[in-house]
Amino acid sequence: MTVSSFPGILNSEWTKIRTVASTTWTLASALVVTVGSSAALCAVVSATLDDMTPQERLTFDPTMASFVGMTFGQLAMIVFGVLVVGTEYSSGMIRTSLAAVPRRVSFFFGKLTVATALALVVGLATSFLSFFLGQVILGDASVGIGGDNVLRAVIGGGLYMAMIALFSMGVAAILRGSVLAICMLIPFFLVISNILGGVPATRKWAQYLPDQAGAKIMQVVPGGMDGSTTTYGPWGGFGIMVLWTAAVVLGGYLVLKKRDA
Amino acid sequence: MIELEGLTKRFGAKTAVDHLSFQVRPGVVTGFLGPNGAGKSTTMRMMLDLDNPTSGTVRIDGKHYRELPEPLKYIGALLDAKSMHGGRTAYNNLLCLAQSNRIPERRVAEVLDLVGLTAVAKKKSKGFSLGMGQRLGIASALLGDPEILMFDEPVNGLDPEGILWIRNLMKGLASEGRTIFVSSHLMSEMALTAQHLVVIGQGRLLADLSMADFIQQNSRSYVRLRSPQQERLKDVLHEAGISAVSVPATGALEIDGVESERLGELAAQHQIVLHELSPQRASLEEAFMRMTADSVEYHAHAPGAPGAVGSADNPARPADVPAWGAGFEAKRKGGE
Repeated sequence: MTVSSFPGILNSEWTKIRTVASTTWTLASALVVTVGSSAALCAVVSATLDDMTPQERLTFDPTMASFVGMTFGQLAMIVFGVLVVGTEYSSGMIRTSLAAVPRRVSFFFGKLTVATALALVVGLATSFLSFFLGQVILGDASVGIGGDNVLRAVIGGGLYMAMIALFSMGVAAILRGSVLAICMLIPFFLVISNILGGVPATRKWAQYLPDQAGAKIMQVVPGGMDGSTTTYGPWGGFGIMVLWTAAVVLGGYLVLKKRDA
Repeated sequence: MIELEGLTKRFGAKTAVDHLSFQVRPGVVTGFLGPNGAGKSTTMRMMLDLDNPTSGTVRIDGKHYRELPEPLKYIGALLDAKSMHGGRTAYNNLLCLAQSNRIPERRVAEVLDLVGLTAVAKKKSKGFSLGMGQRLGIASALLGDPEILMFDEPVNGLDPEGILWIRNLMKGLASEGRTIFVSSHLMSEMALTAQHLVVIGQGRLLADLSMADFIQQNSRSYVRLRSPQQERLKDVLHEAGISAVSVPATGALEIDGVESERLGELAAQHQIVLHELSPQRASLEEAFMRMTADSVEYHAHAPGAPGAVGSADNPARPADVPAWGAGFEAKRKGGE
């Protein structure tokens, strides 16, 4: 009986997303920051190509290089994901929304479906733009989209962005608000995860963190760039990220179901 | 028809709503009355399935709120003025609600017009005053053209013009045969709009009766007599078996439970001059305060006493009340 109204719920959530200013600026930032800082890094690499050792040349991953800016671009994606869910709580809209759609499962997954789909579209646009611009700048060191595993990595970049956004939505639902969620997620993905992944002592388990594992899908040369090897492949890594995200989203759903609005 | 059965909500050790059972009957305005903190809002949130009851159920035409496929078409609710996204325009706030219940988009403009917000439809709702926010909330309640409307303290914080507007709106909606359930802590407001009353105090049902019955049972009516021959009048009344209380401040006698006609005739028979013979009625506000003050005292003296006042088959009878109210009455009189 409620299944029939699910398109209505999707429609409603789409209206909610497109009618607030934060959607435009977070998603635009995700794209601009990723493409811009990736291009800048590619320009640096291109200029210093001659200084590379043969070993470095061998493990250089031009595809991955054109996605480096995602480290910063993903922060805007996190903010997008958090705000989509969190502003329901901070504005008090949640009570109005749930009075209109009292079935928590329809409300929550309707919202997540629409927001994740939008994040995926923007994520794919970002990764394709970032890739092609990066390859143009890299010149001699570039690869084509038809190269082995390259298309997988570029599509993977979009999937990664969407998954980061979805993960953030789950966290915001667990914390029932925006501020705390942003204060936890940004430092984690910007600093903590990178430190843990960069230090040999902690790398063994840090490779299973959602962003570290998920980012492997953008790698074409195994063990390339950062020189780390993992116990899983690109899809295995993305699978780990999906499991993390599924756990957080489920947690968010249970909080919404059990707690008073 | 909304039916509450044994509805209970505890927040930790505090019981906000305590075995509340009553029905909101179709086609009438039911006033939901209680002092601040009596549990009115919590009850309304449970009716809309926003808060989970600790125990008990709410059924709307036999169904749980969560089972209603497109609930805005059954029930429209105004909970608090600021439950919209401030960064969205009034129009878009309503549009996303309409879409979720498959209500045609033209209805958005209709309800905005109905509440007088057409001019600010394209303005972000965070700039709205309390009154405008209240109007927007009412517009969202009317969106699905529902049979049942719930308003939680709709006149709170409004200016007189806004209060008048809401009062007239509710009257209009009621005259269309809709069921209206409206909460307030102001008896005087209810007296103007409600036909039926549900009174709660400390989460418990104190009264569930028609407005007319409430007025009849709760407002103390008495007759005031003034006479230059007061001592004789007293004797005459005494002989007739009528007890009178003299009020030194006004120099009048107050008589409970005897009709003014009889008193007038009695005075005439004995040829006593009367300067005043007037039926008086204590205000409803006073009656309401007495009723809820009783509940406070009742709880203070006997916490955890069996809730004889709270069941549906045995709605609290104000007739039971005076024993508890005596203390309050004495205090009130002493304070004057």
